[in-house]
Amino acid sequence: MSPTPESASAPLLRTTGLRKSFGSLEVLKGIDLAVPRGRVLVLIGPSGSGKTTVLRSLNALEVPDAGVIELEGEALDFAAPASKKERQRQRETLRDASGMVFQHYNLFPHRTVLQNVTEGPIVVQGRPRAEAEAEATSLLERVGLGDKRDVYPFQLSGGQQQRVGIVRALALKPKLLLFDEPTSALDPEIVGDVLTIMKQLAEEGWTMVVVTHELGFAREVADEVLFLDGGVIVERGAPQQLLRDPRQPRTRAFLDRLLRPLD
Amino acid sequence: MDWNLVISSLGPLWGGALLGTIPLSLASFALGLVLALLLALARMSSIVPLAALARLIISIVRGTPMLVQLFVIFYGLPSIGVVLPPWPSAIIALSINVGGYAAEVIRAAILSVPAGQWEAGYTVGMSRVTTLRRVILPQAARVSVPPLSNTFISLVKDTSLAATILVTELFREAQRIAAFSNEFMLIYIEAAAIYWIICLVLSTAQGRIEKRLDRYVAHA
Ligand SMILES: Nc1ncnc2c1ncn2[C@@H]1O[C@H](COP(=O)(O)OP(=O)(O)OP(=O)(O)O)[C@@H](O)[C@H]1O
Ligand SMILES: [Mg+2]
Repeated sequence: MSPTPESASAPLLRTTGLRKSFGSLEVLKGIDLAVPRGRVLVLIGPSGSGKTTVLRSLNALEVPDAGVIELEGEALDFAAPASKKERQRQRETLRDASGMVFQHYNLFPHRTVLQNVTEGPIVVQGRPRAEAEAEATSLLERVGLGDKRDVYPFQLSGGQQQRVGIVRALALKPKLLLFDEPTSALDPEIVGDVLTIMKQLAEEGWTMVVVTHELGFAREVADEVLFLDGGVIVERGAPQQLLRDPRQPRTRAFLDRLLRPLD
Repeated sequence: MDWNLVISSLGPLWGGALLGTIPLSLASFALGLVLALLLALARMSSIVPLAALARLIISIVRGTPMLVQLFVIFYGLPSIGVVLPPWPSAIIALSINVGGYAAEVIRAAILSVPAGQWEAGYTVGMSRVTTLRRVILPQAARVSVPPLSNTFISLVKDTSLAATILVTELFREAQRIAAFSNEFMLIYIEAAAIYWIICLVLSTAQGRIEKRLDRYVAHA
């Protein structure tokens, strides 16, 4: 199942001037980004730079203090004061459009693998159980977990849990997939499995925003890379340019540290 | 020992247990848990007056003797025109108590579920209420079984207080038989034994429920 290609002209998602503070700490200081349909945007940046907060704003786990998120041309304005009901509608719009893959998987421990995947389609989207289960099963088979559909998450390795996490997001058929450091809790030898699946998704035409420190993945899969530091986008560009030959000294320093952590 | 009395009293005592103590416990526990969940949610609410009210109710329930609460309801309320029969009075007092104690248990259990579980619920599109119902409460239930079992066992014993407001249950039957037979020691020990048996059964049930709810947890 791949998303239906539509007019590639307008971006699927665009943010303008996104701001977010926690108390007196301003974490996002005006984030402008755009994700065209079927493209992959990779966010990199040092710890605490606001990468997770950007992703969480995109699916309304955080409500920005200011700025606009435009989804398929519909503008959700977070600067203007809004009623509870209006905020609720903005939240639902964003959540319906996106699926999220977490660093620590956040699978439902009390549900089997299959139930984890079908929970959203059946309970939220109201799709028929048989149909949702058949689809979930074939997605699980695709990621090599066909034989695990009836076990509980604690019986899986980290890599397997994260594959379930990805399938759970895919099963919602979102327009946009969000990944927050999906491989950074995994053992090095299984990181590749998960990245391979993500690469296949990109090739199938899913629109993705990925926070990752895997520069190889960024280089191969990203259409655009953003370097975030201190809540601002310091530099953006095609992966070849930004990762090989960054213009900003801060980007260069960050990449040097990532490639040679012991120097 | 008067074996005839032991045997002839078994009927009425078990009758009191089966028709009084046990249904009174079950009804009060069921109602009490509903009240407890509402109080726990109110206590965690961001609406300040609601949270404060829940806190006040919990504090009063836990800070006053149940016998006094029973008397207020049964003997006190009539003076302001509210006359309640023994059974409803007992159920109200007992479930309020379960509510007060279990509210804190449930609140702690809900808070023990990692925030990531709420977020996972939201990202598959669930509302707060759906996430609570389908993601958080099932996980909270697992950790709250042991403390709630204790609450239930205390409740079973506390139902004996209902004897003071004329509810026919195990202890009131024991008082009645003891009074006309004059065998206080024998009858009260018999009553104690029956309470003990009920509580043993409950502990066994607790073990089974815990095991069932533990099926999705890794065991070291
Ligand atoms: N809920 C919160 N309350 C208070 N501060 C927060 C909260 N969430 C994030 N922060 C702060 O906001 C800043 C940015 O956090 P964020 O998680 O977005 O960074 P990040 O780039 O994802 O970092 P990392 O690479 O470590 O995951 C940090 O200083 C963090 O401590
Ligand atoms: Mg982060």
